[in-house]
Amino acid sequence: MSILIDIRKTYKNFTLNVAFSASSGQTGRTGLLGESGCGKSLTLRCIAGIEKPDSGFIEINGKTVFDSESGINLAPQLRNTGYLFQSYALFPTMTVGENIGIACGRGTAAERTKPGHRSKVRELLDQYRIGELADRYPSQLSGGQQQRVALARMLASDPEVILLDEPLSALDSFLRRQVEEELSASLSRFPGSIVFVSHDRDEVFRFCKKMIILDSGSIAREGPRDEVFADPQTVPAARLTGCKNIAVATKAGERRIAVPSWGLILETERPVPDGITHAGIRAHHIRAVKETDTVNCFNFAVESRSEAPFSVTEYVTALTASGVAGSERNYREPICMESSGLTGKERTERLCLPPDRILMLTLSNA
Amino acid sequence: MDWSPLVISIKTSIAGTGIALLLGIPAARLVANMRGKSRAILDGVFTLPMVLPPTVLGFFLLVIFGRNSPVGQLLLSFGIRVIFSWEATVIAAAVVAFPLVYRTVRASFEQIDRSVLHAAKTLGLSERTIFLKIMIPMARPGIAGGTILAFARALGEFGATIMIAGNIPGRTQTVPVAIYFAAEGGNMTRALNWVIIIVLISFSVVALLNTVGEPKQ
Repeated sequence: MSILIDIRKTYKNFTLNVAFSASSGQTGRTGLLGESGCGKSLTLRCIAGIEKPDSGFIEINGKTVFDSESGINLAPQLRNTGYLFQSYALFPTMTVGENIGIACGRGTAAERTKPGHRSKVRELLDQYRIGELADRYPSQLSGGQQQRVALARMLASDPEVILLDEPLSALDSFLRRQVEEELSASLSRFPGSIVFVSHDRDEVFRFCKKMIILDSGSIAREGPRDEVFADPQTVPAARLTGCKNIAVATKAGERRIAVPSWGLILETERPVPDGITHAGIRAHHIRAVKETDTVNCFNFAVESRSEAPFSVTEYVTALTASGVAGSERNYREPICMESSGLTGKERTERLCLPPDRILMLTLSNA
Repeated sequence: MDWSPLVISIKTSIAGTGIALLLGIPAARLVANMRGKSRAILDGVFTLPMVLPPTVLGFFLLVIFGRNSPVGQLLLSFGIRVIFSWEATVIAAAVVAFPLVYRTVRASFEQIDRSVLHAAKTLGLSERTIFLKIMIPMARPGIAGGTILAFARALGEFGATIMIAGNIPGRTQTVPVAIYFAAEGGNMTRALNWVIIIVLISFSVVALLNTVGEPKQ
């Protein structure tokens, strides 16, 4: 039970080139994370058969649904995928009950005239707590309700795999978390593969166990969720997992890197790979120096502060001597960090960049 | 007063509009799904009857259905003579009404959110079910509007009608044709009566068009 995909599709200014597999069940929830226009939705549409790749193959649960070499390209109707659209895509001229009813048994007229049809629709309506909405039209529903209807309709068609295309993006922020939890709970018993597409790293983190980071049509990083966040490996992956500090870096020793724009020479816990082009550190990993710290402790000047209700972000530059790592002091880029306390008003701080938290990155996966 | 022109006009317009709908809706669906050069060509062909002078359409229809053409010959072998028959008024009305149905319905089909149709496909609905149960209901206001416009146009048809159906009172004489011959023959009162009737009908049609509501939602 899985999705296997290896496809290419070229547009004028964009090339999609992705290959990955998505296994099934709770542990196999796969998240596709990327900025808008990176090709994540396009990938889903190719799996569902709405778009046709230029070349490659797609397999769903062992069945080839697309193969450019042997000319296989099954219609979306024959692929048995459940696709949840960002806009929900409910049928506006049908009531909620009719929307769900028409999807039962994958839309065959025989299914709609079966004696058990009405009770199956009733069951789905009750299961998704939309029973009282059965006679309403989609335009009379709230965003959250529409999403529940779309989910019930999708599951009514008995899909083998589920594709979620930014299912929460159209919701107001205060509704989003609640709907996300409902969605996650509703799908917890689904036995097949689930692919979740989003530009929100928090959503992907909560929803998925496996992550694929897409950047301009290519996979920038793929792996178990926690590994990807701990070690993004590529610049796009670091940026998309929320790393605010990324700078050009060069290898300066077995476990040492030079970062000119920060004016720092940093020790790393792991050996530095030869191909390193950039270094990164997450804002919340920079901290005040403790007594046990021996390396990567420097004096920093606080350049600016920005306050949010429950946190303070500071922008700091290193006070190391001019010429360290080959940089003039006046040309240093500020490093973003989460301040330890709301009261910090000092002009300079002594901070530590823990060696095990330094991200060693390459520009791309290629 | 002889009411036959009005009866003929109404019958002709209803039949012509019916044919325009039966051909225009599938044509709209066909072109709405097309892209590129073939779409531009087909769209041009389907729109042509709207922009060409009706007499040019009448000329083409004469050539197609005339006694010396293959189509005319074939029909004649079944004992059907199209030119100067009531059926000729219907053909003329259908041809001029067709582009109005085609263009309004095509615009309605193209306004349908693509993801709704994509969702229908992934849910397993057949193309036939999608067309009949989703696209047609969603395009309902466009179809209604197109129907009314087509009816109004068919009712006013003169040029092509006079060329292929002529002016046979009680058979092919529609209201516009009756007005022309009454005025030409100096019977201004008769012409005015028909003018008033056609203005009233046309005004009612426009009023009806304005009340064609939003889709049921």
